[in-house]
Amino acid sequence: MTAAIASPRPAPDAEPRHSPWPHRWISVRLNALALLTALILSALIIAISDLDKLKHGDVGGMLTNVKDSYIALAKGAFGSLRGFSETVTYATPLIFAGLSVAVAFKAGLFNIGATGQVFAGGLAAVWVGFAIDIPAVPHIILAMAAAAVAGGLWGGLVGLLKARTGAHEVITTIMLNYVASFAVLWLLKTTAFQAHGRSDAVSRDVAKSARLPFLFGFLHRSSIDLRAHFGFVIAIALAVFVWWLLKKSKLGFQFRTLGANPEAARYAGMNPGRLTIGAMLLAGAFAGLGGGSEILGGINQGHATSSFAGNIGFDAIAVALLGRSSPWGTTAAALLFGALQAGGQEMQLQVHVPIDLVLVIRALIVLFVAAPSLTRIIWRLKDSGGEEGAQLFKGWG
Amino acid sequence: MSTPTEVYRDAQLAVGRSLEQIKRSRNLGIVYLILAAITAWRLTSHAGTATFNLSGGHSFGVAATPLAWVVAGSLAVMGGVQLARGLGKWQTAALAAVAVVFIFTLLAWAAAPNSFAFVGMLSQGVTYSAPLIFGAMAGIMCERSGVVNIAIEGLLLSGAFTSALVGSVVNFWVGVGAAMVVAALFAWFLAWLAIRFKVDQVIVGFFINFFVLGLTSFLGNRILAVDEAYNQVRTLVPWKIPGLHSIPVIGPILFEQTIFVYIAFALVAFLAWAFAKTRWGLRTRAIGEHPRAADTLGVNVNQLRYRNVIAAGAVAGFGGSWWTANVGRFNENITNGRGFIALAVVIVGRWSPAGALAGALVFGFFDAMEAKLSFLNTGIPGEFVQMLPYLATIIVVAGFVGRSRAPRAAGQAYDSQ
Amino acid sequence: MELELRGITKRFPGVVANDNVNLTVRGGEVLALLGENGAGKSTLMNILYGLYRADEGEILIDGETVHFASPRDAIKAGIGMVHQHFMLVPNFSVADNVILGVEPTISLGRINRRSARKRVAQLSRDFGLDLDPDALTETLAVGIQQRIEIVKVLFRDAKVVVFDEPTAVLTPQEIEDFFRIVETLTAAGRGVVFITHKLKEAGRIADRIVVLRRGKTVGEADPKTATPAQLAEMMVGRPVELVVSKTEAEGSTTMLKVSNLAVTDPDGRLLVNHVNLEVRAGEIVGIAGVQGNGQSELVETLVGLRRPIDGTVTLDGADITHLTPRDRHRCGVAHIPEDRQRDGLVSSFSITENLALTGYYEAPLSKGVNMNWEGARTEAERLVRDFDIRTPSTETTTGKLSGGNQQKVIVAREISRPLKLAIASQPTRGVDVGSIEYIHQRLVELRDKGVAVLVVSTELDEIMALSDRILVMFDGDIIADLQRSETSHNDVGLYMAGAKGEHIS
Repeated sequence: MTAAIASPRPAPDAEPRHSPWPHRWISVRLNALALLTALILSALIIAISDLDKLKHGDVGGMLTNVKDSYIALAKGAFGSLRGFSETVTYATPLIFAGLSVAVAFKAGLFNIGATGQVFAGGLAAVWVGFAIDIPAVPHIILAMAAAAVAGGLWGGLVGLLKARTGAHEVITTIMLNYVASFAVLWLLKTTAFQAHGRSDAVSRDVAKSARLPFLFGFLHRSSIDLRAHFGFVIAIALAVFVWWLLKKSKLGFQFRTLGANPEAARYAGMNPGRLTIGAMLLAGAFAGLGGGSEILGGINQGHATSSFAGNIGFDAIAVALLGRSSPWGTTAAALLFGALQAGGQEMQLQVHVPIDLVLVIRALIVLFVAAPSLTRIIWRLKDSGGEEGAQLFKGWG
Repeated sequence: MSTPTEVYRDAQLAVGRSLEQIKRSRNLGIVYLILAAITAWRLTSHAGTATFNLSGGHSFGVAATPLAWVVAGSLAVMGGVQLARGLGKWQTAALAAVAVVFIFTLLAWAAAPNSFAFVGMLSQGVTYSAPLIFGAMAGIMCERSGVVNIAIEGLLLSGAFTSALVGSVVNFWVGVGAAMVVAALFAWFLAWLAIRFKVDQVIVGFFINFFVLGLTSFLGNRILAVDEAYNQVRTLVPWKIPGLHSIPVIGPILFEQTIFVYIAFALVAFLAWAFAKTRWGLRTRAIGEHPRAADTLGVNVNQLRYRNVIAAGAVAGFGGSWWTANVGRFNENITNGRGFIALAVVIVGRWSPAGALAGALVFGFFDAMEAKLSFLNTGIPGEFVQMLPYLATIIVVAGFVGRSRAPRAAGQAYDSQ
Repeated sequence: MELELRGITKRFPGVVANDNVNLTVRGGEVLALLGENGAGKSTLMNILYGLYRADEGEILIDGETVHFASPRDAIKAGIGMVHQHFMLVPNFSVADNVILGVEPTISLGRINRRSARKRVAQLSRDFGLDLDPDALTETLAVGIQQRIEIVKVLFRDAKVVVFDEPTAVLTPQEIEDFFRIVETLTAAGRGVVFITHKLKEAGRIADRIVVLRRGKTVGEADPKTATPAQLAEMMVGRPVELVVSKTEAEGSTTMLKVSNLAVTDPDGRLLVNHVNLEVRAGEIVGIAGVQGNGQSELVETLVGLRRPIDGTVTLDGADITHLTPRDRHRCGVAHIPEDRQRDGLVSSFSITENLALTGYYEAPLSKGVNMNWEGARTEAERLVRDFDIRTPSTETTTGKLSGGNQQKVIVAREISRPLKLAIASQPTRGVDVGSIEYIHQRLVELRDKGVAVLVVSTELDEIMALSDRILVMFDGDIIADLQRSETSHNDVGLYMAGAKGEHIS
């Protein structure tokens, strides 16, 4: 609303002049501070939630508690090859699903439906994995392709509904998540999927030829020890693809236009309906690949259960928010979340601090990254302007 | 002499329906025909009489197969009419009627040739709808003020946890009070970040959901699990409203409920009245639609948003203690996505308290029906019945709400400069 | 009451919007605040109304300094404002919009609607406004909505009423009605501040004229003696050509032909009522009309953004009725949309990206599935030079440009390629005088190159200056088809108000 006068020279760039740091570094520093703030607050929660020590005012004990927890966390995430492998294992599905949410964000769509898309992709992969008998490489390719197609269709449905009827994707994706989870629960108990001799919702195992190879397979250590699998490589390749899509391609330019100003996209002769469907197809396919990777590699040991999508869909939103929807930011955020998860397991095992703390830490990181001004107030930093989180939500209309 | 202008005025009257209206009408017609086909194909298979048990030993019976044929026929006719020329202003009423009749037929088919507790199921449905009503009212209070609230789930969950913990340590009603305070605090945080820092409201909402889920699970494991005494509340017994509860059918459904249900209904009535009749309602609607207009007239937009969001938090906190009252304890993630359903209810109900009430009752009813149908052992997988309300929501949102009238300013931070 | 602004200064990052501004208004007089777009008029009034806070200077009422922290304080002090963009909640009734903020209440915070309705009706009668308190605001015509704004101000018993560009959305006849209302107000002892960039209107109604340029008061003029040319020079700071210099049109073959075109809204109401029109190559046709008479919908249909329910559109003999916007773009149709912020630009994109927005799909902006950003940048650098877009670089985001430069980005993108038809909606809305001249000149050049040009504008002056032929739209119909040389300002005004003419096509 500012009625700026028509100055002969346009207003100067928002690039902060008083700071010796380039813009990118300020943002990195702020994110690091966000992480630190989250860890400090979580430490506080660890400390005061130990009721015994709290009652006795045992501050030293509380601090030891915090120290031991974080040491276990760090060790679990990076302290050994096994820790690193676990980090990668947990990060892999988050990269897939995070990229799914990120691409949708770029096109102005809020994909809360990664859970459903992971389910769809995983289910397709598991079926191709056990029902078809072909040699290893084509089998994996076929199973992953099926996962992409199934996830893509599930996601594309959301795009179709939005383009055709205006149904808001926040609602349809949430609803389709429930539909998918009940559908999986039912399908896994049908004869088409159910493991022989089981009465609960568990699928048959995929054939050996469809299993994704282990990343550290060449070390010939136990696969329970080093679970990281080839899905990670596919995820990184996908991140490269997304980078190309958004930065270099015509389609990506259209997605970005649609996301930044849908009316301008329409006026420029782009087809918002088709782009919406396309973006959701791609987003769904990415999440679907994540489902495939979880089934064919991953911690599911080659079969599907009724909960194999876990919290991937929701964590993916946090990951994309944290990575600001850029492919590399999202990948980095997924690795961070994976590290927290892997470390959290160790922490629960060693120090008996419930792994749910990891959820708290993650939420706090997202908060402080999404609200840089809050982080700045806490650390008494000067406002350098221009890096406030973008407005993602554009109303229900 | 008839001028050309008059001729075209007549043409204007003749047009009457836009391309959108025609499309929507066609889609509905197709839905009716599909329902007719399903009814004829599947729901005619159970012979015998389905007995619907009412209260006090009363019951009525329906011959399942003839009913299904009649319904299938009527649905086909309606689908045809809808396709051919649309039902105009009766469209919405017709849809509601179709939904009720179809479900009734489904129930008759499922029950035949046995009987089942029809009134019991409806009553259960009303019970299940209570937390959805609280969640939806919290959502409406926020959204009507122009603040999008994706955090209903987190607010409900925080209320459930707090009421269980405080309720165990002190007593139930103190627990409820504490739940309201805690959820209001989270809501304040939502408002603070959204208003003061202009953080995207959906992101803050998600933060609260993640954070509350993590925190309550963590503290649940670390505190509630330490000692049973921290997680044990006496469940609330229904309170029969004297006189009213003995009305046949209606009485047992509506007036033999816990205080939560009564308060939920009262809240809906109160909000509907307040939005329409009071100064608060007028101003709230104004800041949700056109905050700048309100600001130029001296209404303090952000202050009112703070108040409404915080009040909404208290409402959600109260709703969260419904779980404590019903289950008697807290379990990890006990709300299990109910907050998101409440959000859907807000939208399906078109941001009006009465509409949301209807939506919440439908969802509650489906919850109850799922339990009953699995008990009747019909061969329909329970998962399908559980899926139905979600599918129905998609159909309603796609077919009817569409590009409907959400508060225009929802989701946008307001800054007078 | 006497209101005085003394030494008001307001800075925004990068610009000084108001620089030591002084002015005084007394009860019973009309002060016109004249200045072109971006001169700082609205900023000044927002300070007066408590929406912005001045960095320096003070506001005095009857000689006493007052401080406005919010509009509430300004309202209390007796200041009322009718904003350029109406501040009305669309789904409220007239009475609800009027009482918002000062609701008469009875017990329990209930609104006393009966008393509200009565007072609104009373005020409307007293000032000859003819308003129905129960009507739903969004269904009312713009002229009527403005009256709601006036009742809002009167309801709060304002002593000084500020009108921010009140005539922009009115027909010439509605403008006359509006001036009568202003006279009633001053007769009742109210002071009126009339903010405008229209010289004639300032001269017509004001008792005194204060001219604002680049945020500074550059002088005061007496409307009885000052000539439009003098005022224009004060406003712009240099002599201004009030007309576009152009030769006679050499219209030849028919380029655009619209037959029997009809468009409805989602509820089935006709917005464009079976319209016929033709634009020849080498001719500028102007569509005049008050906002909301179907012009926007007609244009959207011509460029393929809306589907008609009836009728055909042909371009150079080929039927394009059912082509997509993209295909029409390919055929040589350019479109300068009426709302550049919403429809024409992506403000977070760079100039290069915005210049690539409509032509990205083909060389030299793209290659196969990839964008060719190198090529796009070279192209952008050329256009920035050719169209005199003032920017530090082609990578600057367009959101940071002034309105005039933003509009030049759109014009550059749309007309810098072989064209058959150019459609310009409100091509100079909210643009400074220098850019207006520049854009008009470009449109005339386009015509001289043999392009068919269709200009839609609610500014009658713009239509009169540019067009070779003028069509007037009213209520979805084209009700007049006039040769520029054979018609007058007044005549077109009467058509715009629907007082003359019939469905002619």
